[in-house]
Amino acid sequence: MGKKRAQSPPRPAVAEGDGASTSQTVEPPKEPRPPQKVFYCEVCSFPLEYCEFGSSLTKCKEWLKEEHPDLYDKYYSEEALTTKIGTLSLEAQAKLDKEAAKKEAKADAKADAALKKKLASQVTIKRIERTKRKHVTAIHGLEAFSIDLKKAAKQLAGRFATGASVTKNAQGLDEIVVQGDVSDEIFDMLEKGDGVLKGVPIANVEIVEDKKKKAE
Amino acid sequence: MFKKFSPATDIATHTPLKQSVQRNLRADILAQWAIEPETLEAVWPKKEGLVLVKCREHIAIYTVGAEPLFFQHFDGPYYPTLRFLHKYPYILPQVQVDRGAIRFLLAGAHMMCPGLTSPGGRLPPAEAAIPAERMVAIHAEGKEHAVGVGLTKLSTEEMKAVNKGVGVETACYLGDDLWALATL
Ligand SMILES: [Zn+2]
Repeated sequence: MGKKRAQSPPRPAVAEGDGASTSQTVEPPKEPRPPQKVFYCEVCSFPLEYCEFGSSLTKCKEWLKEEHPDLYDKYYSEEALTTKIGTLSLEAQAKLDKEAAKKEAKADAKADAALKKKLASQVTIKRIERTKRKHVTAIHGLEAFSIDLKKAAKQLAGRFATGASVTKNAQGLDEIVVQGDVSDEIFDMLEKGDGVLKGVPIANVEIVEDKKKKAE
Repeated sequence: MFKKFSPATDIATHTPLKQSVQRNLRADILAQWAIEPETLEAVWPKKEGLVLVKCREHIAIYTVGAEPLFFQHFDGPYYPTLRFLHKYPYILPQVQVDRGAIRFLLAGAHMMCPGLTSPGGRLPPAEAAIPAERMVAIHAEGKEHAVGVGLTKLSTEEMKAVNKGVGVETACYLGDDLWALATL
């Protein structure tokens, strides 16, 4: 969809529906029409009828059976399973099922890997010497634990009554830079899970020193 | 349009729109969708501000109370988001793809004519034909709710006659990165 397109001219105000509810559109009602209620899956976020095309069908089904057994029957009874195939051949459906299972296994593996990566992620609190007496504290790796960096910076600025900002470091990774040496305090906050600084296993946090180099 | 779309890197600005701009937009949308002014007013009240979220590659998303309602690419038509369309399915004309095409659509593919003309697909009869370059709701065989929103590349009668190539270009679909953004 790369190129510039002219705006569509107005269309006549009648939608081609499947005969459900659009037969009388002569007099527009003065009251707003109520929205149609759609039941979305709490696992994959799709309308229930599309769970079969997501990557978490097993979990979707478990959830639905538990929470809404009547709806479960509507979508997954023997009868529903045979009618939904529609005009698709049985071979094509079998292929589809196989692909769905493969997709699910892949998604599971990905989630596993993401969790492992998270548990292996390191948060470093770096004390950086600016001059002999001035320091700043840089924290990176928090985003791996789903911590909002901007909110965290705000919290730290407020706590230490100092400046704190989110910046990119030399490697292009986001980090929070706080004015002053507050590395020990931040370590304590992470250990306690203070405010937004929640969910980081303290074993994954380390404090490092960054002495001013001669070359700089 | 919303494949590999990430709010952190692909959103440039959030701008509340002036009343005069909102008035024009409302008029355009009433002309482009088959929606009653009262119904549009209910989801987008006049006193409630519309926010323009400018994104990369000339995509503009419009939100009310942080919820995306519609979007535009360059100066093309205003596409309703899929969640909006689910609530008001009659606002766009509908086409239907067969069951075999669903997984391709969910992978972001445009819809080829054969998937629309096969026994599981559905296009309107000749007297209700949809011209080319019109917004359509993409429905799917055996499913109640729309699975995508697209733009016809041919008229529906041409799709039946030619029966090859892209019939409907997909603008957004179930599970794309716009779907993932329930609020913005
Ligand atoms: Zn689901």
